[in-house]
Amino acid sequence: MKLRLKVNGRSHSLDVPEDAPLLWVLRDEVGLVGTKFGCGAAQCGACTVHVDGVATRSCVLPVSAVRGKEITTVEGLSPEGTHALQRAWEELDVPQCGYCQAGQLMSAAALLAKKPRPTDGEIDAAMNGNLCRCATYLRIRKAIHRAAELQGEGAPARTAGGQP
Amino acid sequence: MTAPSGQGVVPAAGVSRRGFLRVSALAGGGLLLSSYLEPLGAAEDQAARPAGDPALNAFVRITPDGVVTIVAKNPEIGQGVKTMLPMLIAEELDVEWKSVRVEQAPLDTVRFQAQRAGGSTATPINWLPMRRVGAAGRAMLVAAAAQKWGVPAAECETSKGVVHHRRTGRSLGYGELASAAAALPAPDLISVKLKDPREFQIIGTRVGGVDNHSIVTGKPLYGIDVKLPGLRYATFVKCPVFGGKVKSANLAEVKALPGVRQVFVVEGGSALNELLPGVAIIADRFWQARRAREVLRVTWEEGATAQQGSARFAARAAELFQEKPQRSLRRDGDPDAALAAAARVVRADYAYPFIAHAPLEPQNCTARFHDGKLEIWAPAQTPEAGRALVAKTLGIPEGAIRINLTRAGGGFGRRLNNDYMVEAAWIARQSGVPVKLLWTREEDMQHDFYRPAGFHSLTGAVDGSGKLTAWRDHFVSFGEGEKFAPGADLAPGEFPARFIPNFALGVSVMPLGVPTGALRAPRSNGLAFVFQSFIDEMAHAAGKDPLQFRRELLAHPAPEPAPAAPPADAAARPPVLDEARMLGVLELVAEKSAFGKRALPRGTGMGLAFHYSHRGHFAEVVLASVTQAGALKVEKVWVAGDVGSVIINPSAAENQVQGAVLDGIAQALGQEITIDGGRTEQSNFHDFPLLRLTQAVPVEVHFRKTDFPPTGLGEPALPPVIPALCNAIFAATGKRVRSLPLSKHDLAWS
Repeated sequence: MKLRLKVNGRSHSLDVPEDAPLLWVLRDEVGLVGTKFGCGAAQCGACTVHVDGVATRSCVLPVSAVRGKEITTVEGLSPEGTHALQRAWEELDVPQCGYCQAGQLMSAAALLAKKPRPTDGEIDAAMNGNLCRCATYLRIRKAIHRAAELQGEGAPARTAGGQP
Repeated sequence: MTAPSGQGVVPAAGVSRRGFLRVSALAGGGLLLSSYLEPLGAAEDQAARPAGDPALNAFVRITPDGVVTIVAKNPEIGQGVKTMLPMLIAEELDVEWKSVRVEQAPLDTVRFQAQRAGGSTATPINWLPMRRVGAAGRAMLVAAAAQKWGVPAAECETSKGVVHHRRTGRSLGYGELASAAAALPAPDLISVKLKDPREFQIIGTRVGGVDNHSIVTGKPLYGIDVKLPGLRYATFVKCPVFGGKVKSANLAEVKALPGVRQVFVVEGGSALNELLPGVAIIADRFWQARRAREVLRVTWEEGATAQQGSARFAARAAELFQEKPQRSLRRDGDPDAALAAAARVVRADYAYPFIAHAPLEPQNCTARFHDGKLEIWAPAQTPEAGRALVAKTLGIPEGAIRINLTRAGGGFGRRLNNDYMVEAAWIARQSGVPVKLLWTREEDMQHDFYRPAGFHSLTGAVDGSGKLTAWRDHFVSFGEGEKFAPGADLAPGEFPARFIPNFALGVSVMPLGVPTGALRAPRSNGLAFVFQSFIDEMAHAAGKDPLQFRRELLAHPAPEPAPAAPPADAAARPPVLDEARMLGVLELVAEKSAFGKRALPRGTGMGLAFHYSHRGHFAEVVLASVTQAGALKVEKVWVAGDVGSVIINPSAAENQVQGAVLDGIAQALGQEITIDGGRTEQSNFHDFPLLRLTQAVPVEVHFRKTDFPPTGLGEPALPPVIPALCNAIFAATGKRVRSLPLSKHDLAWS
């Protein structure tokens, strides 16, 4: 199937089977490997990307379902790693192994776009589907609050792809 | 079952531990360090480096602009070692951390010696050697400056990457001196002067992980991210019954599926930690290989393991409890007489299940075989053992194998075994194309080297004064004869041995066809639950406060009897629990948590436990509540740890401790692997639950600094939290938890 895929604001012409999972199209065809494979069953959240701004598990999503939609991956969160969440994650030294963090960041970015000052309850609701095997959750929660502050101070909160 | 090749890297009981310590003692004494000082020697490395990038030694290069590149030798699995080891070098080199770039070394045991991740060993092994490497580099830069200025080196000093000569007011940056310094002879590593810890500028400060920026921007870092020209994906289908063989398979049908390039049977062997039989499918894309495996139909020869299962193991353990232990591991005093004379005797049976590692990055390895040479990219914890296994299995010399170390998306002990590496190597050679072998989550869950289950039948006695006078443990584990299955042993000196005058440890084993191995804080993660819970039972039997009972227990250690064959030097003696250090963290955690000093309502309780492992002394308190209907909520955890005189990187240290504690809570709450018909029943995160954000309770971490060399933090904070939680449940409800996970218990109370 020939299709055009808009990822992080750039258009890609691809020839892939329509049932190919979006995760693997992003990793192997578009060449963006920041989005990770963890479970293949939408149970861990490592593969989270934005589809038209909505946090979505890409490992079970056929590429045909995102035709004409805007995809944002962790690479598109900001061109230079200056998104408020990325800055907060570095400032608070969140990662241990780091493997889940792209998915954590994308779920958190979708949350902050809707709730610039999220409560703990809102963080619980938005983030509970993202597993961290190293259990860096205490810092993830802190870093989301910190990013909300940074955003208030004027750090970029919108993604390169024009999606929140 | 043969022992996994990686087993020797986790300090274990007996000979392997002594051997391990002898090596580390030598490394600590600097006797094996000579190769560290050889600059990057191989011609191809020299050619690959830009000109004017002089190497002071195997670890340090400095460019004319003053940028310092430090090589990180060990695999990074999330424990922070890629940041920590370079911090040690940078400190003594006397440069600013912001001028340092860190580069991951490939496997090169000639140049870097031990390169492995396991047993929380990187800190104790490298604390002095890495600092000496940095100090040697600094001495060479000082010598180069002194030569240039014609002044004695002793008159020169350094700060922030600059050599100064105060008397003449001259100074030169390291970048300007590096070429001259690299040509000088390296100083003697043993006598090179190290900084006074009071002068530390990097060690002891909060330093963020060196890969953090790459992680948050999605750069390729992990094994799964490796790309090569013409790379294909491989999947390898093994028998669900461990060690089963391929009888026949519908290879032709699978070969015709979309994207599939090759399908073939790998004969393999019978050692569970080596290359097992299976079917390899090579496809253009991973998801195509994964779909093809759903069409693959294999007739397996399952073998005898198909008769094994968790229910049978438990039934057999109960039978063995009725008999005398097959052998004695330790006997002190006269336990029978002490039991007969006791004021109170308590008997209880404890059990813990098999558990999977479940690192979030599934097992994977990329391999390319060309012209008799094999190149591998692997997220491995023991790459050296992996190279030996690959060489043996493929029948090629180790010198023909290059292993590149990628960042690993979690290890927890899973990647001590190199099964996935030898699979990738074999498939790459047989297929003739570069392959990335990637396991599915289901394969990762069902072909792990599990934390072995264990069963303990305990009898304890207290005398009229409430003193613990006797302890008898019949430990039922897995193995054959005197050989334990990997990770299923128990050291005869394990606490509370030595602290109870009449003590008997007997063991019985049953055969096991399920692969087992080390899981974060191996042995300790199950033993602490059993022993610290039973100590709590004995405290209640004695009518004593659990804190006071533990204080008294720690107060009277017997000297450890000398081993039959004493180690050659005292430094090689296995590390043991130090009662003063343990009492120190016990008092600290009791104070910070106000243990025993809070008025708590019924259904809310605090539990206490301590454990010594991996050279770390940890005491922890859990506050938990249980509703009348039995819903458990962990409210908070307090931790006090003693890992020596210095916390090298307080940010990473706190992260490790909090992660380990939450990992322990996840194990206790709901993790269990069950075996039925010789195969694993769980398959993904829906039936093997990891902790979630909403379950991540506050973990307050305190370190008690003592006058001992610093030791590691990947593991020792985990074990105490499990019994502390179970003891809190008892305090809240009066219900004693004697088996895990908690999800199988009805905690309702009235």
